[in-house]
Amino acid sequence: MFSRLREGLRGFVERISKVELTEKNLEPILWDLQLHLIGSDVAVSVAEKLCEDLGRRLRGASLGRFEDRRAFVRGVLKEVIEEILTPRERIDLLELAREKRRSGEPLTVVFIGINGTGKTTTIAKVARLLLDHGYSVVLACSDTYRAGAMEQLEEHARRLGVRMIRHQYGADPAAVGFDAVKYATARGVEAVLIDTAGRMQTDRNLMEELSKIRRVVDPDLTILIVDALTGNDAVEQAEMFDRVVGFDAIILTKVDADEKGGVSLSVAYTTGKPIIYVGTGQEYGDLEPFDPRWFVERILSGT
Amino acid sequence: MVLEKLGSSLYEALRKVIRAPAVDRELVKNLIRDFQRALLQADVNVKLVLELSERIEKRALEEKLPPGVSRREHLIKVVYEELTRLVGERPVPPRIDPSRRNVWMLVGIQGSGKTTTAAKLARYLQKRGFKPALICADTFRPGAYAQLRQLAESINVPFYGEEGSKDPIGIAKRGLERFKNVDVVIIDTSGRHKEEKSLMEEMKRLSEAINPDEIILVLDGTIGQQAAAQAEAFNRATKIGSIFIAKLDGSARGGGALSSVAATGAPIKFIGTGEGPEDIEPFDPPRFVGSLLGMGDIEGLVRKVREAEIQATEKDVKAFLSGRFTLMDMYQQLESVRKMGSLRKILSMLPGLGYSLPKEEFEVAEKKIDRWRAIIQSMTVEERMNPKILNASRIRRIARGSGTEEAEVRELIKQFNTMKKMFKSLRGRRRLFGKLPFKVRGLRG
Repeated sequence: MFSRLREGLRGFVERISKVELTEKNLEPILWDLQLHLIGSDVAVSVAEKLCEDLGRRLRGASLGRFEDRRAFVRGVLKEVIEEILTPRERIDLLELAREKRRSGEPLTVVFIGINGTGKTTTIAKVARLLLDHGYSVVLACSDTYRAGAMEQLEEHARRLGVRMIRHQYGADPAAVGFDAVKYATARGVEAVLIDTAGRMQTDRNLMEELSKIRRVVDPDLTILIVDALTGNDAVEQAEMFDRVVGFDAIILTKVDADEKGGVSLSVAYTTGKPIIYVGTGQEYGDLEPFDPRWFVERILSGT
Repeated sequence: MVLEKLGSSLYEALRKVIRAPAVDRELVKNLIRDFQRALLQADVNVKLVLELSERIEKRALEEKLPPGVSRREHLIKVVYEELTRLVGERPVPPRIDPSRRNVWMLVGIQGSGKTTTAAKLARYLQKRGFKPALICADTFRPGAYAQLRQLAESINVPFYGEEGSKDPIGIAKRGLERFKNVDVVIIDTSGRHKEEKSLMEEMKRLSEAINPDEIILVLDGTIGQQAAAQAEAFNRATKIGSIFIAKLDGSARGGGALSSVAATGAPIKFIGTGEGPEDIEPFDPPRFVGSLLGMGDIEGLVRKVREAEIQATEKDVKAFLSGRFTLMDMYQQLESVRKMGSLRKILSMLPGLGYSLPKEEFEVAEKKIDRWRAIIQSMTVEERMNPKILNASRIRRIARGSGTEEAEVRELIKQFNTMKKMFKSLRGRRRLFGKLPFKVRGLRG
């Protein structure tokens, strides 16, 4: 995981610690780094921004004669990446669940994203996580559009041994969510996980529909699901879902498909929202917490 | 519109070329920088982008210009050809042998859109009078069976699947047993990616067991730099026959998926442009590249440039330059311009120009060319070869013969003399072709 990004950064530190930090020396090295970041699926705009930032901080930096140049470069790089990945707000799903339990209300989470990113699978994984921590869970299928969507979530519910709230295909998705929350409140179920239909972020009407679900359900958490294999479109997705619908956190999926790690930088940079988990396989247990510091350490290891 | 973003940024880059006073090294370098950014933003594989830009730069600066073709036209041609190399030369239609049953198998990463694509392909074939059938061999994802069954019902296509079964090969075989009298059987399979070795192995076994006529790799249009490596892995496990790019209705630019063409050698045959079974389009590379560059028919333009390469021979050009330029030559020039079709059409093929010139100007210019051709046709051979002998009485005769005014004949002669002078004075310089006798520049700028 993320090995490509790591190699690129190592090469960068290696090269740059051998030269004077002048404009002329920096330019080609920064350009190569930029290409490497893009090759690792960091969006072009984000890679440019990152390299600009780096350049500004490295250029003309006066280093003491005996100062460790490599340590200095590594420090600057770490700073820049950490700044990108440090969200404006920290979000801890399990902590939130604890708080809600104390207040006696169900935790409500809505999952959104474009088609095929893995919303339904991720919901099953999050349900497993909550069940493992002793919470009761109900699933709601607000995807009343896609063929087979209900059967898919229903099968997960069966395997997990939880209930699923559903209406007919074509029903109002917001109403399903509303019913599920009502059900949970009445039965004392502690968490409601709401699946929505995938939609392209460019589809104005369908995006409005999501806003409506959020208005009606008023969830504690809205999570954007992003496919880790996405290229530059990740920025577009994060931006549009943030602007039109609004969300609190991100889960990256399919990280095990040998993704190059760049998407995390793109979405974090674009939205300032935290990535809370990454999906790493097809089993329910394949959901790992994402820690920015761990990530930075990992991609900078060996530099 | 599909991929309009990539299109508009490439178009912007090309427009700078059209507008620049001269095509020089600096301009080519700038164009290439803009191009790189546009292609990278569209998720085209970094290595491919670097190779592509290197070739464009080399060819644009080093290739010898065919006579009569400006460096500008040449540059556009080079860009077009290199982009075409990237996406394929011409549309590749689906291969269906009508005399027997054909079997297509869909493969791809989880969530790329295989099941939706299966329904789209079935609907596409059905609308064209073929009898398709669908088989669900996805035994892994919950709901996959229900999804394809529901889709098949909605478009009225026979469906086979076994809910709860864990045996994709068995399902596929029994399904094929059932669908003996259809034209195309489309088999949907589970999603998998290159790191899931055992699933890749399973796919290989499935394809060996049913021996499909074509394996179609369904790729998500939003996929980034991973596309090539993933496509390669699929191609290694089981030969990919063609590629389907899904989800091109969003803002994705599809460059990742495009890069998989280079990685597999398989052509893109269709693209998906929405969620419904109707949202499918055959993939047309030249049109695609044309729209990427923001021009309607760049292929037409390139063809014309190529024809020009043949028509205006080196000998002709040398003759013009040495001053042996006669009304005959001028007539041939006018003729060849006219042969290309309406000026407006020709110019609309050039980016940036088609949108900006008023319609009337074309009409005036076109009319003028026609009248000048008539005038020259009314001259004797001697007059054409040696215009100096044209006196007042000859001019009167020519005007009457061609149904024009004497003033127009004089204007033509004047224009001819100007051109001739220009050819002489500009000897050795290429820009002379920029000065055609009518007021439409850019055609040969």
